[in-house]
Formats: sequence, C-alpha cells, structure tokens
Amino acid sequence: MNFELTEERRMLQDTLRRFLSDRYDTATRNRILESDEGFSPEIWEGLAELGVIGALFAEDQGGFGGAGFDISVVFEELGRAGVVEPMLDTAILGGGLLAALGDEAQRALVEEVIGGGLHLALAHYEPGSRYDLSRVRATATPEGGEIVLNGAKAVVVNAEAAGQLIVSARESGAADDPGGISLFLVPAGANGLSLRGYPMISGGRAAEVTLDEVRLPASARLGTAGEGFEPLRTAIARANVALAAETLGAMETATELTREYLLTRQQFGRPIGTFQALQHRFADMLIELEQARSAVINAAGNLEKSPDFRDMQISSARNLIGRVGRLIAEESIQMHGGIAMTQEYELAHFAKRITMADHRFGDTDWHLERFLELSAA
Amino acid sequence: MDLNYNEEELAFRDEVRAFLDETVTPELRDKVRNGRLTKQDMENWHAALNARGWLAQNWPKEFGGAAWNAVQRHIFEEEAAMADAPRIVPFGLSMLAPVLMKFGSKEQQDYYLPRILSGEDWWCQGYSEPGAGSDLASLKTRAVREGDHYIVNGQKTWTTLGQYANKIFCLVRTDPNAKQQEGISFLLIDMDTPGIEVRPIILLDGTHEVNEVWFTDVKVPVENLVGEENKGWTYAKYLLTHERANIAGVGFSRAGLDAVKRMARAEMHKGRPLIENPHFAARLAQVEIDLMAMATTNLRIISQAAAGQAPGVESSMLKVKGTIIRQEINDLARRAAGPYALPFPSEAVEGANEPPIGPDYAGPTAAHYFNNRKLSIFGGSNEIQRNIIAKVKLGGGR
Repeated sequence: MNFELTEERRMLQDTLRRFLSDRYDTATRNRILESDEGFSPEIWEGLAELGVIGALFAEDQGGFGGAGFDISVVFEELGRAGVVEPMLDTAILGGGLLAALGDEAQRALVEEVIGGGLHLALAHYEPGSRYDLSRVRATATPEGGEIVLNGAKAVVVNAEAAGQLIVSARESGAADDPGGISLFLVPAGANGLSLRGYPMISGGRAAEVTLDEVRLPASARLGTAGEGFEPLRTAIARANVALAAETLGAMETATELTREYLLTRQQFGRPIGTFQALQHRFADMLIELEQARSAVINAAGNLEKSPDFRDMQISSARNLIGRVGRLIAEESIQMHGGIAMTQEYELAHFAKRITMADHRFGDTDWHLERFLELSAA
Repeated sequence: MDLNYNEEELAFRDEVRAFLDETVTPELRDKVRNGRLTKQDMENWHAALNARGWLAQNWPKEFGGAAWNAVQRHIFEEEAAMADAPRIVPFGLSMLAPVLMKFGSKEQQDYYLPRILSGEDWWCQGYSEPGAGSDLASLKTRAVREGDHYIVNGQKTWTTLGQYANKIFCLVRTDPNAKQQEGISFLLIDMDTPGIEVRPIILLDGTHEVNEVWFTDVKVPVENLVGEENKGWTYAKYLLTHERANIAGVGFSRAGLDAVKRMARAEMHKGRPLIENPHFAARLAQVEIDLMAMATTNLRIISQAAAGQAPGVESSMLKVKGTIIRQEINDLARRAAGPYALPFPSEAVEGANEPPIGPDYAGPTAAHYFNNRKLSIFGGSNEIQRNIIAKVKLGGGR
C-alpha cells in the first residue's frame, strides 16, 4: 500500500502549481472569462510547453503518462487554480478518443494536441438526452462513398475553438441503443456544420451544434462502424476522473479561502472563526473534503479496470463529490457572507465551478442510479 | 381551528387574482422569470398598484394606505408570487414609511410619504458597511453636526437598487464615545448631494442589483434627522421588524415548486419524464412536505399578528426555514435543467428575436440558484436568526 505520488507526478504537480500561482490570479481569470475566446491562448501554450497535455497521454500515444493518477494530479491543480482553459475537452475527451481509436492519419493529430496547436471538442450529448450516454438521434447515412451527418448536439464545450469536432451519430439501432453509434471527425467550418456559441456560467464556452447534411469522406470515421459506445464510455470515464479531481481542487481552494476568512473577518469584536457554531461547520467541511479526496483516488486508481467495475467506482466518486461539492460551495459562501456573492471576490468562481460540475456527464442522482445498477450486477 | 380562508378572505383573493390577471402581461411575467426587469418596469408596477390603492398595503388609511391586515397582505403576496408579478420595492414603502409614521416629524410625514406613493422618490437603504454586516451596530459612517448641517463621511454597502435611488436612509454614528448602540442616528439623505458616489457591485451571477455608496463630506440639513439624535438604533430595529414581514416567502416557494414540476414534466430521463424518476421525485416531495408545514406555520403566525400579537422568535424561525426551502427549490430547478443549466444566458446571446438556448425554462436556473444564496445572508443572516432564537430560549445561559 502506498498513497504517495511517484517522483514524476510530484514534479508535475509542483511545476504546474508554480506556473499557475505565478500566472493565474482572480483578475487574470476574470479577464479571460470576459474575453471572446473564453480562454487564454498564452496560458494554453504555456501548459503545453510544461508538458501538462503530454502527461495526459500514454507513451505509445506520444505522451508520458495517461494513467488515472496522471489525470487526477493535473486536474486537481487546474481546479485549485480555477483554470478555465479547455483541457478536459481538448485533451481528455477529444485527444483521448483520437489516441484510442485513430488510424495513423488521425493519430497524427494527437501530436498537434500535445503540442498545444489543436483544440478538440466532443459533440455527443443531444437536446433531450440529458446525461444518457446511449441516446443518440443524430444520423450517419452512407451515400456513394461519403457519409452524411444530420442532427443536433447540445452544450458542446469548446466547440468554437476546436479545429476538429468528434461527432457521434447513429448508423443503426433504436434511439437509446448502445449498438449502432459511430464516431466521426468533422473539421471546423465543414459545410452544413453550424455553431451557436455562448459563455457558460462557470466559465469557458460551449455551443449548440447543428449538423445539416454534413458530407464527410469515409476516412472521417473514427474507429469501427456502429461500435462507438464503449470507447465513448471509456472517454467519459476518464473525463469523470478529470472532472472529479478538478472539483476536488476547487473545493480545496474554497475551503482554504473560508479558513482565511474565518481567521480574519472581525464581527462583534472578534474573528468570526472563534464562534463555535462556525467552527463545527468548518470542521465538517474538512471531514467531507477528505472523503472527496479519497473518492478521487478510488476513481483514478480503478480507471484501467473492467468497464463495469470502473464505472461503479466512478459513479461512487461523482455522487459523493456532488454531495460534498454542494456542501462546500454553499457553506463557503454562507460563512463568508455577502462578500462571497460578488464576482470580484475569488470564491465566486470556485463556488460556481464546484456546483456546475454536477451538470456534466451525469449529476449526483444520475450517478447514484448508475451506482445502484452496477453494484447490483 | 379552521384551515380555510373565510368568505371575505376568499372574495379578497378573487379580487387580487383578477387584478393580477389583468396587470401581469405575459411579457412582464417573462421578465420576472428571467430576472430582467428594468427600472421602468418596476415603476410601472408601482403605478398600477397605486392607481388601485394597493401600493401601500401596510399603511393606515390616513396616510393613503390600504390598511390591509396580515391575512390580506399574505394573500396578496402569495398570489403575486404565484402570478410571477414583480416584487414591490420595499425600501420606501415598507421600511422607511413605518419609521416616519412612528418617529418622523409631521413635516417629514407630509413631505415624504406622498412622494413614496407617487413614485417621485425611490429610496434605498444605507445600513450595512464593509466592517458592519451581521454586527450592524459596529457601523462607522460618521455624521458630525456643524451648524444647520451634519457632515457625513464613510461608506455603505450592499445597497440594493441604489443605482436607481434618489434618496437614501442611513444609519450614521453621531456619538463615537457612547456605547455602540447609543451613538447612532437615522438620517435622510439626497443622493444627488455633492460628495456621494455610487459604485456598482456585480454579483456572482453577473447581475447589478447592489452597490457601494461612498460619502465624502456630504452636507445633510439637520431637519433630515429622523426622531432624536443618537436614538437611531431604536428606529433601525423597528424598521427591521418590518423588513422581516413576508420573511417566509411561501408564495415564492410555491411558484418555484410549480416551476420545477413543469420542468420535470418536460425533461426526459431515460425515455421517461424526469418527474417520474424516484430520486428526483423524492427530492421534490421532501421539499413540498416541508413547504406544506411551513405554510401553516406562517399562517399561524399571521393569524396571531392579525389578532394583534407581536411576533417574537417566530419571525426568525420563518426566516431560517423559509430561506432553506427556497434555496432547496432553486437547487432542484438547477438539477432539473440538466446540462442546459450550464449556458449563461444574456440578452447579448439571446437577442430579442433569438430563441433561448435549450428549453426556455433552463436558462435562468443556475443564475437564480447562485443569486438566491443571498437569501440566507441578507436581512440578518440565518446564523444571526439562530442566535436570536437561542438567546430568547436559553437566555444569557453561559
């Protein structure tokens, strides 16, 4: 048994933490949030140069990591610093699927991703599908030697910046059948592809994506026809580890900000942290934070296991973090009082990040349900 | 014991409903739901109520009020919330006015009260300061008497809708040597007096509803003092008892719960409406059960008030429970919206002729959830309310 990080991962953690603490303060983040792109190309380049993107890929994919704990180390730091750059979407979802399924030409794109030169987005969930992974109504129809895509995709994070979108579409089966789903690489600007972009409340940008007779060459197919579901499941599992770790990092910062505030804010002639009513609540936050840390370890450490066992661990972590996240976000705001309600104060962003994480890849209840299904099996 | 409204109350409710039907247009309702009311919308709403004689609901007839009892006020508040009507801006009408009626001079009453009714004056509240939140009595804004004027210096914060106001009522320190509560005075100040600066505070959901108000050598005529110098804390506390009216927010919770149910019927989860999902349904049922009980607690207290009994710790209890329930409903709305809670809607994205992103109900849910975290913070935080309850029931008890 050993809960220490390896030397390499510790170095990665230190380097990344230092890089971000030098460059990523609230004013910087607020500037980035207000920018048209919703992220900073300079920061992205810096992250690529540090090898942060490479750490999310295995050696045979051109990286030097790619395991569950590489993901958790990187995303915990990104979460601690409140980084809004689209690492999860470009590297984990997009890059992960390309690396896992791509032919030689497609895999060449992974190198570009690792170098920081290419953004990606996964256009999978659809209006009305909520968090259901197998509910795909977009269609892929062969026509001559080409494939024609039609359909709509919901809340596609990072779609506007992406040079390529990975789009899921159904080639056979009923609307919620896991079989029959295929994946395609659609270049930005393809005829018939339209994006309606918008900012998200917790930072970053997304778009509603419409596919209207998008014609692709057969070489645009990613992986085997009709067998996209399992690779998608794996990609989303990795994304869940990333999201859980990122949320853990954000909760650490929220908790630390609250600790500092309790020690410094004076009311009734003393620091408010001397009131036992608040002390006990703060202690509960710390207890739950350690629960969340362990849940992330469980999820990251089981990422390479069999899909059902892996997903049970992941749903367990996401359910727990959903509950702890709500507690920590709400208690942090409440113990701060009015100041936490302001955009200008650092906590606001972290509270939003923690809370809105529960709106991607399944919420607390969705993961509870999936945990029940998988643990009964 | 009778849980139902009597005939007179039912007739009154019908009257209120008819008025709301007519006055709350679909366009207005939409703005309320999306939190996009303009100053003009709020002024129009006040004018419509005033024309009907229903604006100053708690004022006695002699001052031009409706002189409604607690049950009538409750009925209106509940119906208005259910109809998604705008809220009455309370600062002049239900905060300052009662203070002026009880402690103000005849001249102050004659001058200010009609202007509140007509909408000529928009008041805001100068209570909280950066260092004086829950500990309000530690406020530092200084007023020094010089001849016929007070010279005011200091800073107020969390001034709701101060950007629209032309007047502010302020707690200021006039005797720095007295015990905290005994050196405070209550001043009425023109917002266009030189030396006043209003700076916006943008909240975490991107809205501008509160402000900082800075005072630098602001000259205030002594006749703008309410009551006696250094007695302001008494008036301030009296005002706060009025701030706590409708503290339970039952109508808002009912309207919110209905909205969540509408959403959960429309949202599909694995091919079935979300409302049929046992986990979501259980969350919904629990908050509804809490609300049913609290609505009755609220009515019990209102009946006592209508019978002339002053509420004690009960209003603190209602504040705590009422805000927990409202916040829980905001949380459910956000959950029900699913992934479409993520888009951050703005008029820039959703222009007047653009369809909303995702289902029309989803857009504002996350912003409302975050914005309403304020409910348990302002008007005496829930911690302060619990202190009050414990202090009354346990005494000094250390």
